[in-house]
Amino acid sequence: MIYQTGALGEDGIHLDMNHLKSGEVNLGTSIMAINFRDGVILGADSRTTTGAYIANRVTDKLTQVHDTIWCCRSGSAADTQAVADIVQYHLGMYGITNDEAPTTQTAAALFQELCYENKDMLSAGIIIAGWDHRHGGQVYSIPLGGSLHKQAYAIGGSGSTYIYGYCDANWKEDMSEADGIKFVKGALQEAIKWDGSSGGVIRMVVLTKSGAVRHLYLPDRNYEGPGTEKP
Amino acid sequence: MTSIGTGYDLSNSVFSPDGRNFQVEYAVKAVENGGTAIGIRCKDGVVLALEKLVTSRLLKKDANKRIATVDRNIGVVHSGLLPDGRHFVSRARDEAQSWRGTYKAPIPVSSLANRMGSYVQAFTLYSSVRPFGITAIVGGWDAETDVDVDGAVGSGPKVGAGGKTKGVKEGGPYLYMIEPSGLYWGYYGAATGKGRQAAKAELEKLKLDPKDGECISLEEGVKEAARIIYVAHEDSKDKDFELEMTWISAVNGPTKGRHEEVPKALKEEAERLAKAALEGEDEDEEKMEK
Repeated sequence: MIYQTGALGEDGIHLDMNHLKSGEVNLGTSIMAINFRDGVILGADSRTTTGAYIANRVTDKLTQVHDTIWCCRSGSAADTQAVADIVQYHLGMYGITNDEAPTTQTAAALFQELCYENKDMLSAGIIIAGWDHRHGGQVYSIPLGGSLHKQAYAIGGSGSTYIYGYCDANWKEDMSEADGIKFVKGALQEAIKWDGSSGGVIRMVVLTKSGAVRHLYLPDRNYEGPGTEKP
Repeated sequence: MTSIGTGYDLSNSVFSPDGRNFQVEYAVKAVENGGTAIGIRCKDGVVLALEKLVTSRLLKKDANKRIATVDRNIGVVHSGLLPDGRHFVSRARDEAQSWRGTYKAPIPVSSLANRMGSYVQAFTLYSSVRPFGITAIVGGWDAETDVDVDGAVGSGPKVGAGGKTKGVKEGGPYLYMIEPSGLYWGYYGAATGKGRQAAKAELEKLKLDPKDGECISLEEGVKEAARIIYVAHEDSKDKDFELEMTWISAVNGPTKGRHEEVPKALKEEAERLAKAALEGEDEDEEKMEK
């Protein structure tokens, strides 16, 4: 008799990606975040599914937890929203009590603690990307088990499996903002093309010393616009 | 009523009509009887020094250390009631660990001072407790290099983080002093205990304010600290004392960002110079008399 706990699969070793309760809203997703010359760029598709049904085709999976610290959420929508809310609260308190904006590592540490300590109850794969005065841009990834990885760029969600090759072939360090946006858009377009549970629009957030700027790219405009303009 | 004075000094949490809290003032008296403790914030580190009064000839020399390490990069020296000091240090260690637990990084000295200030202040509010009979000097070095999350794997892009603000300086040496009331300030040089007046007078002569140009170096600080403790001891010459000294430098300095005891050789050199300086002063005085 093998006892199964939480997210562990039948072998008791590997995590079961599909252990959502019936009817639970899933972010079958393509998300990513990259470092570039002036900071970081986060990107995501916008599809939310309950089984085969698309519950939301214009979801916002890029969530702000502080002024220039954001995260990409994948896994259970409910779990990741709850975790992001808790981190947002803590970072807000940190900023006020220490009279200094929290750093990306502070956010990453808080996310990791929550994801690791509650791994049995959560299905959350989160990418944290932020810009701060002290460290510039940084990207951290927290996959299902709750480990923490500092990376040059990170990809996640079900759609990411299709773009490992694309990213490896096209990744360059120290890209300009335009090249960075092109890289993220190209990768997410491929993920959306091949992954059935990814789709809709491409959302991005660019984080630099001048703050956070949102981008939007629509499929009916061949993902060319409107960019930062209003659609 | 006359036999117990005005009655306003019997309990914490009771103000006298002119707005004083006598229990806190009595706690300050307890501190004024303790051995002198000082802290010096230098250009490249912090020195903590203590005049440890020897209360018995049966005590082993150089044993029973009084300056405590709270986290790798933070030290505490205190003057007043010893057991109160131990409790203070124990709480400070808990605070430092709790910070690491939450944020996976060392606590900044300012945040530790803030938390300990709040803790000490709480002991002035309730009738069931008494205020701390110590004044504590907290010294430390906040890392000026990037500190990554404890336990994180990976290093990010090889070219380093993009969009760093040039010329931003982080971290450095910090020094705080926390009093029995819970009051705390950041200092360039701090002194408490029996010889604090003499010590403060000496500290004010040192170049410690960056606005006045280059501050004294850590090594100079060690020698000055030893000398100041010897000067502050002058008035109670008859009693025996031991000098205890610790220091904290930057990561690229002699202690590699850690709070450590000053090495024996340097401490002995500093004590030799301190004694020589005192004898020199005495000779000058004698000459003057002639």
